[in-house]
Amino acid sequence: MQTNWLIENGRLIDPRQSMDRVARLLMVEGKIAAIDPSDDDLPRDCHRVDAEGWIVTPGLVDLASELGEPGREEDETIDSGTLAALTGGFTSIACAANTDPPIDTATAVEFVRQKAARADRCRVYVIGCVSKGRAGEELAEIGSLVEAGAVALSDAPRPLSNTALLRRALEYCLMFDKPILDRPEVNSLTRSGVMHEGMMQLVLALAPMPAEAEDLATSRDLRLLETTGGRLHLSSISTSGSVELVRRSKARGTVVTVGVRIGNLCFNDEQLRTFDSNYKVNPPLRSRDHIDACLEAIEDGTIDVITTGHQPKTLEKKMQEMDAAPFGMSTLDTALAQVITYLIEPGKLSWKRAIECLSCSPSQVLGLNAGTLVVGAPADVILIDPAEIWTVERSQMFSRSSNTPLLGTPLRGRTKMVWVGGVRKFVREPGK
Amino acid sequence: MNGHAGEPFLKFPEDWHRRHLLDLESLSASEITSLLDVSEKMSERYRQKGKMSLLAGKTIANLFFENSTRTRNSFSLAAKRLGADTVEFSSSGSSVTKGETFIDTAKTIEAMGVDAVVTRHATPGTSHLLAQHLNCSVLNAGDGPHEHPTQGLLDILTIRQQRGTVRGLTVALVGDISHSRTARSNIWGLQKLGAHVIVCGPATLVSKKWEQLGVEVAYSLDAILPRCDVLNLLRIQFERQATRPFPSVREYALLYAMNAERMRMSKPDILIMAPGPINRGVEITPEVADGPHSVILQQVSNGVAVRMAALWLLLGAGRSASTLEGERV
Repeated sequence: MQTNWLIENGRLIDPRQSMDRVARLLMVEGKIAAIDPSDDDLPRDCHRVDAEGWIVTPGLVDLASELGEPGREEDETIDSGTLAALTGGFTSIACAANTDPPIDTATAVEFVRQKAARADRCRVYVIGCVSKGRAGEELAEIGSLVEAGAVALSDAPRPLSNTALLRRALEYCLMFDKPILDRPEVNSLTRSGVMHEGMMQLVLALAPMPAEAEDLATSRDLRLLETTGGRLHLSSISTSGSVELVRRSKARGTVVTVGVRIGNLCFNDEQLRTFDSNYKVNPPLRSRDHIDACLEAIEDGTIDVITTGHQPKTLEKKMQEMDAAPFGMSTLDTALAQVITYLIEPGKLSWKRAIECLSCSPSQVLGLNAGTLVVGAPADVILIDPAEIWTVERSQMFSRSSNTPLLGTPLRGRTKMVWVGGVRKFVREPGK
Repeated sequence: MNGHAGEPFLKFPEDWHRRHLLDLESLSASEITSLLDVSEKMSERYRQKGKMSLLAGKTIANLFFENSTRTRNSFSLAAKRLGADTVEFSSSGSSVTKGETFIDTAKTIEAMGVDAVVTRHATPGTSHLLAQHLNCSVLNAGDGPHEHPTQGLLDILTIRQQRGTVRGLTVALVGDISHSRTARSNIWGLQKLGAHVIVCGPATLVSKKWEQLGVEVAYSLDAILPRCDVLNLLRIQFERQATRPFPSVREYALLYAMNAERMRMSKPDILIMAPGPINRGVEITPEVADGPHSVILQQVSNGVAVRMAALWLLLGAGRSASTLEGERV
């Protein structure tokens, strides 16, 4: 199964080595063996891949995708979700703990890991719950979860509203050196809310989700972290207020990492005018000023990570009025193309910074040995055709759910090949 | 036959191409004017000749997922006065309570062969969704706090009848602005026709952000009263408020109820309107509601006329022939 691969003529982008140039990449026995090896150094049985015009980067890493199992198999299964991830360029994903029942026991962690091993696509890491039953009251057995393989703890998408619990969790996790992922939101300000509070919301009269609901929770989280120390990752921020709070806190030396969802960068609250419930996400799509603040924060390093925010929901759940439809957008299939189309192409984000936010930084947040093409690293590598234009269609998506407003939309950029641990797991056939 | 040989009582407006009436925000001033003109013709003709056959053979479904008495009856009457058949649907005791989505319910009703669906629902955008999913015409009879276009039209028609024009008038919408579909439809329609609109109510129900829509925001009714040509007193939507936005009904009435004393501070020819149902003693005292300045009942009559006009225009029944005769059935 293990083969040796030489990728030639591709543009290698590895932010961790500050590399962005055309070079040859050699993978031997599952690891990155050399960059620009001489012909004499090549092993005899070496497959060559011509990547002319393509980009070669470390495989993408996602911090929290919802994979549906157990309990929400109608939305997604570990099998379908990991296929969507792999073909979308993600070689490692962490699966969210909001399953039914939630992943709050070692057995549940084990279940996901076994299912993922059976699917045998991308690497799957498990996030355990912070609280028992994800109820936000008592600590889950975090030690057992970590023992079973959990790489992070989170009750997301539910925010950790109980301040005492969050403080205790931050302290308790000091023993395990695992990050807590919180989605900052003050629930009492957003209850029954549907969209970002602002002018568009005033016109459409949908129930509001004010920006300060996020700002206040961000402020609280950062303040607690300054007291307890430990590792905190704010998994999806979306407001200029949050950005500014994080920026100041980081300047004071707080060690915190922050993510933003790709959807929150590509779409704004004006899209809700269509009343298409696929735009109903949480955090909500904000107005342009908030989006600009987030883009600036990516640029200056205040925001570390771009996540997919993959929340698959069946058509029947989404084909309802705005109040009744659940939050969420299916994004694993389209995330990379969204970044290229909406951020890189218009010049809002550089390739290097994009790969940093989609691969290097998220792997650091989880403490994974991934996200780089440095010699000796596991050979998780993807080839991207940055110019290919394709139209998002139901039949082109591997996720079980196609709850995306992008159906019918042409996007630029596509994964062509994917290696996980030096094994070529995916080759896109021409025209597919 | 009507009296004037060869003289049609109604002409289909050339610039009318819409199949749905979902909001007033997207309508042009000339489309609104067309609707108002046709409404006038409809009510005049009905007064003279009674029931018409303009929509004979058409079926109109009332699909109400939220309670309504006057709007539903008004639409039914409008359809019947034009000779259409009507189907009544309300969510209690229907499949919606059995778990069917409202889109499926609407599709089922459509499949029975209806030409237009009149819909009311508690969530904004529901009529827009139906317009995407159904092939027939959709009329929004209120989508949560978003819009209620025929209410906006009947309010504007009433003002136009009383004053001859809307342009240049100062119209105050008073009360629960943020939860009011009537407010939103009135704002769009009135501004397009050149009125100055003031929105007035407690700060928890009218934020300064409304100014960005081009309206004036006021918190004191007494301060704006001497400038107002028209007051439209909106009902407090107790059912839509998550947390109570003012301390008590008594205090609200103290600050915003239109009473005899406030009438004395008003222009002598002020028009008093209310979309109803009214909470007597809250937004308006009985002597004002039933007084000489009140045009509340005229609004109700105009409601039927506006809905006749909307149904006729949307169903495009007059589009093929350039002129139409409204004959007695």
